[in-house]
Amino acid sequence: MKLSGWGKYPVQECLVFRPEGAEDIRKLLAELSAPSLITFGMGRSYGDAPLNGGRRVVRTTRMNRFLKFDGETGFLECEAGVTLDEILRVFLPRGYFLPVTPGTKSVTVGGAVANDVHGKNHHVDGCFSEHVRSFRLLAADGSILRCSRGENADVFWATVGGIGLTGVILSVELKLLPVETAYLRVRYETAASVEEAFRLFQDREDGHYRYSVAWIDCLARGRSLGRSILMRGNHLAREELPPPVPEPLAVRPKAGWRVPFDLPGFALNPLAVRLFNDLYYAVHARKKEETVDCERFFYPLDAVEHWNRAYGRRGFVQYQAVLPDGRAFDGIVGLLERISASRRASFLAVLKRMGPANAGLISFPLKGYTLALDLPVRDDGLFGMLRELDELVIACGGRVYLGKDAVLTPESFRAMYPAHERFREVLRRLDPNRRFSSSMSRRLGLTAP
Amino acid sequence: MGTIVIVGATSGIGSAAAGELARAGFDLVLAGRNMERLTRLGSDLAIRFGVRTECLAYDALEEGAGVRLYERVAGLCDPEGLLVMHGVLPDPAEVNRDPAAARRCVGVNYLSVVELVIPFANFFEERKRGWIAVAGSVAGDRGRKSNYLYGSTKGALDVYLQGLRGRLAPQGVHVLTIKPGLVDTAMTAHMEGPARRIMGSPERAARDIVRAIRRRRKVLYTPFYWKYVMLAVRLIPEALFCKLNY
Repeated sequence: MKLSGWGKYPVQECLVFRPEGAEDIRKLLAELSAPSLITFGMGRSYGDAPLNGGRRVVRTTRMNRFLKFDGETGFLECEAGVTLDEILRVFLPRGYFLPVTPGTKSVTVGGAVANDVHGKNHHVDGCFSEHVRSFRLLAADGSILRCSRGENADVFWATVGGIGLTGVILSVELKLLPVETAYLRVRYETAASVEEAFRLFQDREDGHYRYSVAWIDCLARGRSLGRSILMRGNHLAREELPPPVPEPLAVRPKAGWRVPFDLPGFALNPLAVRLFNDLYYAVHARKKEETVDCERFFYPLDAVEHWNRAYGRRGFVQYQAVLPDGRAFDGIVGLLERISASRRASFLAVLKRMGPANAGLISFPLKGYTLALDLPVRDDGLFGMLRELDELVIACGGRVYLGKDAVLTPESFRAMYPAHERFREVLRRLDPNRRFSSSMSRRLGLTAP
Repeated sequence: MGTIVIVGATSGIGSAAAGELARAGFDLVLAGRNMERLTRLGSDLAIRFGVRTECLAYDALEEGAGVRLYERVAGLCDPEGLLVMHGVLPDPAEVNRDPAAARRCVGVNYLSVVELVIPFANFFEERKRGWIAVAGSVAGDRGRKSNYLYGSTKGALDVYLQGLRGRLAPQGVHVLTIKPGLVDTAMTAHMEGPARRIMGSPERAARDIVRAIRRRRKVLYTPFYWKYVMLAVRLIPEALFCKLNY
């Protein structure tokens, strides 16, 4: 079956299996002579992390049961195929949100751990793994390992952010965040330039906000470079909700949009994106403060089903890099200038603050700032530019997010993730016969071709 | 809301039906062979929908299993309905040649169902309340050379349930024969090609089943169009049908 990540680039033919549980996967692993396998959750990684071209892919859609929930502590144990969306549907009405959530809720819990996803609150709450107490992993030899910070800790930190190469995550124990309402108070501020955006992020007020993110117009040039809208928010307590809100924990479903088919390549040309960016900036620049429901604040794009089709059949690449404090400002200016000069349109450029790295061997975040943007695959010139961006990122001591990557070279990967050799050691120990590998692991040189 | 007993609850359609019934607020008794899977299903439904779930072991090939299950259920609760979803789709090559394999298939698909239904039917008849829904199959509507043993077990069930329906109707107890066409579950996972494209989802089948139970329907084809497909199939004269290649 032809599979791809969210960017629809690359698209690869893979053999798909949908096991009901660990026993079925064990049977697959026991076929020693057969090719490798990798886990595919919801396929929301942008590139080839969940793909295994010409080999096998394990879809976890049927492993989606809730196993235990403790109302006193807020700890939920569920199978790895449960999506964040399902967790919210069941638990938000009971007063729980996710402590960390990426920009879409259509990801599996297993995928969230394997990419060690982050949200708009990394500088406060860290990654998804920060709130994972333990998980159960099916390793290459068929054994099931319970991993936590105190048990099989080396496997824990290799699996967190480890893009599925340590095995198949079967179930996860996660702490949910108690909330009183499904709403947040959001404050908007405009910044006329990158400098101003950085200043706003760094001012003392920022500490009051749990969530913060800046949307950047990366088509603007010169003095307007990096003009942004900064959005910062906090969950609202029940008494802070402005009336009338009959059900504080309910979010009214809104009519969604849908992109019904791949748009033609010229749809997202610089002029169209220019117009969109101008409109977006104009609309948001006028707002000051707003009460927003969590669906709109955390998942604006989930409202447009198949939004990735807007980039046409050739798909797109999302480039996300984090740059450490100190070098971040110059690095981000450099990245923006390079992208702006290339006139490659990007709707969604996002800037966020990040807190310190955790012990995940190839987990993405480190203390500094991260910039993320989409670039349509219009022609092969894109890849040359991306390599230039990689060099700039490496020179600043930063790295690229594997959950979004589709093009990184092995050399760049090694330069960006200095712990890669320790990661490889854990893989060698856990999986000497290479039962787990993916198109991404082969591309990055983490596993042999 | 009352309690419903689901046998074969870990089957594709069975677990989807368990979900629909739990969503409607029914407590559930889940019975099957794989206690681990049953427990996972039970915990999931209890967490999602706040209903009580109880898991009981049941192996269709064990002698007396049906009566034993009934007795355990009767000790736990006053069931409102019985949904029987267990069954096996054997490899035709095996059961066509080996009488012992054929006997096992008949034992699971037909005999165990009869043995299970009897005590529950008696119970519902006395209470003058309740329902029994059993998974037949479109394969039971006509014997086809590609899976006639399987088809015959389902055809036999169809006839049995027709009679049972007549017996229980005056007591206000209704009997539903569920006839799934091709549904995307573990039973059909090995099928490839055009069959895959027309498969219905177990969730849709489950919704159809729950709706049919609510409306006291007697026979349910799911997806619905199989009713017309099988009508046509049944009309083909035998002399012609036995020459067809499927």
